[in-house]
Amino acid sequence: MKRYVIRRLLEMVPTTLGVLVLTFLLFHVVGGSPAEVVLGKNATAEALATFDARYGYDKPLLCGNWTAIRALGAFPGGRLERRGETGLSHVPIAYALPAGTYRINAGRVLLGLRESATGAADEAMVDGPAPLTFAVREGWKVSTLDVGGPLPATLRLQKKTDGFLDSQFIRYGRALLTGDFGVSTEHNLPVTRVLKAGVGPSLSLTVPILVGGTLVGVMLGLMCAAWRGGAADKVVLVLSTVLMSVNYVVWVLAGQFLLAFKLRLFPIWGFESFAYLVLPVLIGIVSGLGRDVRFFRAAILDEVYKPYVRTAQAKGLSGGRIMVRHVLRNSLIPIVTYISLSIPFLFTGSLMLESFFGIPGLGNVSLNAIHSSDMAVVRAVVILGALLYQGVNLVTDLCYAWLDPRVRLG
Amino acid sequence: MSALIDEKRNGALKGERTVWKKLWRRWDTRLCLLTVGIYCLAATYGEGVYQYYRAADQTAPYNAVHESCRYVPPAFVRVLTGTPAVAGCSLYPLGSDNLGRDVFQRLVQGTRIAFHVGIITSLIAIPLGVILGCLGGYFGGRVDSLVVWLCATVASMPGLLFILAIAMVVGQGLLGVYLGIGLTTWVSVCRNVRGEVIKHRGRAYVQAAQVLGYSHARIMFRHILPNVTHIILIAFSIRFPASVATEVFISFLGIGVQGEPSWGIMINNARLRLWQGVWWEMTFVTLAIFALVLAFNHLADALRDLLDPALRTEQV
Repeated sequence: MKRYVIRRLLEMVPTTLGVLVLTFLLFHVVGGSPAEVVLGKNATAEALATFDARYGYDKPLLCGNWTAIRALGAFPGGRLERRGETGLSHVPIAYALPAGTYRINAGRVLLGLRESATGAADEAMVDGPAPLTFAVREGWKVSTLDVGGPLPATLRLQKKTDGFLDSQFIRYGRALLTGDFGVSTEHNLPVTRVLKAGVGPSLSLTVPILVGGTLVGVMLGLMCAAWRGGAADKVVLVLSTVLMSVNYVVWVLAGQFLLAFKLRLFPIWGFESFAYLVLPVLIGIVSGLGRDVRFFRAAILDEVYKPYVRTAQAKGLSGGRIMVRHVLRNSLIPIVTYISLSIPFLFTGSLMLESFFGIPGLGNVSLNAIHSSDMAVVRAVVILGALLYQGVNLVTDLCYAWLDPRVRLG
Repeated sequence: MSALIDEKRNGALKGERTVWKKLWRRWDTRLCLLTVGIYCLAATYGEGVYQYYRAADQTAPYNAVHESCRYVPPAFVRVLTGTPAVAGCSLYPLGSDNLGRDVFQRLVQGTRIAFHVGIITSLIAIPLGVILGCLGGYFGGRVDSLVVWLCATVASMPGLLFILAIAMVVGQGLLGVYLGIGLTTWVSVCRNVRGEVIKHRGRAYVQAAQVLGYSHARIMFRHILPNVTHIILIAFSIRFPASVATEVFISFLGIGVQGEPSWGIMINNARLRLWQGVWWEMTFVTLAIFALVLAFNHLADALRDLLDPALRTEQV
């Protein structure tokens, strides 16, 4: 048992790494610059650079000693005009370069330096084979930049990182290991605090849905299996296909309009008392019922034709007792697997129900984050959901052994 | 040897032809096939209209605003209640919305978008799942471990949220929806195909092909794949309605298509007027989605019963 748990935990490592790589690829590589997404197209390069530095997006993606910066980007060096007797060309930079070590692929640079505190100006000339490296001392900034010597087709200015592994990916992995999901750009709060506030409301909505849905589903499934082929079975089967085909959006809107608005049975919107939860829970149960009943019925029917059922009947046990004590017990494994698959969603919440009924849960938080491009929050919910899924899978496998003594772990 | 292989392949194809016949013979599945056929025609017509007005660079009739014809009830309601037609307005078989746009024409356009989403996401998810499943199942060993790892990784992502995140990152519009749904739903196809290919790997016809010295690719895709096409068919019949439903949800949230009348956008629009008693737009969009999804779901059930009774109702 212990060895099995350890082995399963080790098996989770590559999958977790996969989840990290996938989310990293999605949010850092495919998504382009988060600064541009959050600040918009009209933001100045300086604002973008400040945003990057603040959230660590100015580091290289995987590893490297140098990282591209926004002050210059890729600039067409050949088109620069040479001026004056120095023979140097003036390079427009988008903002004053702060302290740090820089590298430029030119043979000669003239730096116009300015001390931030006193405003004192200074100049420095660096000569040598391209690329040139120069350092700016603490408290000073580079306000003008002139280059000379043989110029390359594109001028590149890069900043030195704190180390070869000082990259976005390493920082990201390290932060996640310590449980730090970064700062929400929308709320300006640590993501963990934003998420913690959402867990309670989400659970108060999703736990009743899961428990209620499972109970009703299993009861209907048992009923169908007991009277298989009969009228009740057929009606439930047809109804479940119909229920499955109604769009989720429609359930929510119809519930709100007919039950809450027309009949005034429930409050329409809000999260103040228990009454506000009744309608969303009801909708959650009904919308999932079709799929659940069909699955439970199939799982129970797999057992109904087995010889032990006939033995039980021959012993003269009542039909109800056979169904519940014998058949249900044996069909619990697929049922538990099925239920366990929806447990991660208990925490990530129900996007639709929460946003429609104004329940401040995780689903609502993540939907708002998607609308306002708050990457850190979306990323955190995705990762947490994936980790929970794996954890729940492990617990489910352990449950098998408890439910069915024939299952040997290890 | 090759006779054995041909026989196997023809058997699979013949099986598929009789499946269509069987579906056509039952009244309920025939109704479903007819419904899907009508939607196909509507989608094709909608595509034609869309392309025509795009090429002519004009505002399409389904987007044309008629200020004087707002909230016109459906034609049959007007006949039943005896309401006189508003002068200067067209027929409006299913009524008009808050800008005087024809609900019927917008529904047809919605069908077009739903089919785009259903087909394109299937074209992303199914080939991806089939190729990875074939590779993993056929080669086993490290290749299989890699495929299983990929499946486990993607499967552990929280479904809808992951789709929304992809759609958000890729950018607004349908491309994000295609990629979001397509890149997250190949896992179940892959698992089913992999399981089936593992079953076939040891069979005599595969060994025969290997003895004949055929390449791995040829054995996988020309010999084994035709025998697992039923999985592809079932996967399509499950994926299509699921993708349509997801698209409705995503466009409803305003993350999907922009400026075109998708069903999700129509619902979002109609929801605001519902409180004012404008019931027709909401009712007909809901019915349109319901009928298509129901027909597909029922066909998927029938196909599964006919082709592979062992396959369980799967999670989406």
